[in-house]
Amino acid sequence: MTALLLLPLLLPLAAPVLARRTLDRLAPVAALWVITVCALVLAGCSLAALGVFVLTGLLKLPVFATLGELVHPLPTAPDLVVLPAAVVSVAALAGFAGTFGRATLREIRAFRSARTEAGRRPAAGDLCVVDSPHPDAYALPGRPHRIVVTTAMLRSLDAAEREALFAHERAHNRGGHHYFLAAAELAAHCHPALRPVRATIRLAVERAADEAAAAAVGDRRLTARAIARAALAGQATRSARPEFAPAVASGPVPHRVKALLAAPRAARRAAAWIAALLLACTTASFAASATGMLDVHHRVEIAQGEESR
Amino acid sequence: MTDAKDERRPAGELESSVMAVLWAGDAPLTPGQVQLSLGSDLARTTVTTILTRLHDKGVVERRRQGRGYAYYPVQDAHGLTARRMHSELDRDTDRETVLARFVAQLSPDDERVLRDLLESGER
Repeated sequence: MTALLLLPLLLPLAAPVLARRTLDRLAPVAALWVITVCALVLAGCSLAALGVFVLTGLLKLPVFATLGELVHPLPTAPDLVVLPAAVVSVAALAGFAGTFGRATLREIRAFRSARTEAGRRPAAGDLCVVDSPHPDAYALPGRPHRIVVTTAMLRSLDAAEREALFAHERAHNRGGHHYFLAAAELAAHCHPALRPVRATIRLAVERAADEAAAAAVGDRRLTARAIARAALAGQATRSARPEFAPAVASGPVPHRVKALLAAPRAARRAAAWIAALLLACTTASFAASATGMLDVHHRVEIAQGEESR
Repeated sequence: MTDAKDERRPAGELESSVMAVLWAGDAPLTPGQVQLSLGSDLARTTVTTILTRLHDKGVVERRRQGRGYAYYPVQDAHGLTARRMHSELDRDTDRETVLARFVAQLSPDDERVLRDLLESGER
């Protein structure tokens, strides 16, 4: 039965491809929801599987067997399998907790400093302007929501493009996109295979905001131009930074611009299939970990002498 | 953009747009110039009202120009801390924060693709 618990650890391997295809085929907001929920469930199931491995390993030790009031030895796979699995699981869980804790602290610190700084300025609408030669813009969630934009970014766009930029950032805040990003971060730390899924969720968030911006300003081409010009402006000031390692594949920005320049696609049957596949994969993972946990629970009860074999 | 659409927008969003114009400009701007660079069909009186409100809030300063005023953004006293905050966020090399940024870093390939897309879009 231990083999069943390997499934939640293996199924996330299929997630990156399925998530990417889902985003390519589905409307951005729908894709964002499907991918994020699946990533969270897959992450939770792999954690649960690791937890069960640790628990079975511990119950093999006489101390914990006594604590667990086991009267019979716990029926499991041979010790040669169970104990190493438990050790590896403990290491994986500790690693997860460590990196996630560190990442969370870093996020909170960055968020707080941005929030304090924005709060210190006089408010003009929801805009917070930072006097900086580096073009940058981001949505700052909280009460009230803010858009932080640097002067360099404002100067590298014309008035209509700036409206597209503001609409984009407002869509982030209105859509609660930071929750999706936080969920993506959490999932990425739970299972290495979910790291590419985090990138997909980030892209889905941007695509959703792009589409909302295009709808708000009523011009897809204008929105595409604003994104392209903002990115290129950022690049010009960054050229002095040699530490930047170029990516191999085409990045998220050209993808977003191309998607906006293309006509909005009608939903296709293939889209539904890909999403269904991702959901099926997630459901299988959930079922496997639930069954595995119930099985272990049952065997613990047998070992406690509460139930006959 | 239609006139009706602009007038219907929340006041806060209009204030943001006007602030953006003032920050993007090099010199103080009159309400007429702001109206012109907004590129929308906002009435001049609306722009003037927004500028007056911003001035009351202490976000913009103004000086006499002809028969009216020219407005410019207040260079904040916290400019230094702002720069520090900004570089702090910037230093995060992976920039993997929950703060959704408008644009990510580009690879040289991305840059070329984007320039091509921009050119084909402008033709």
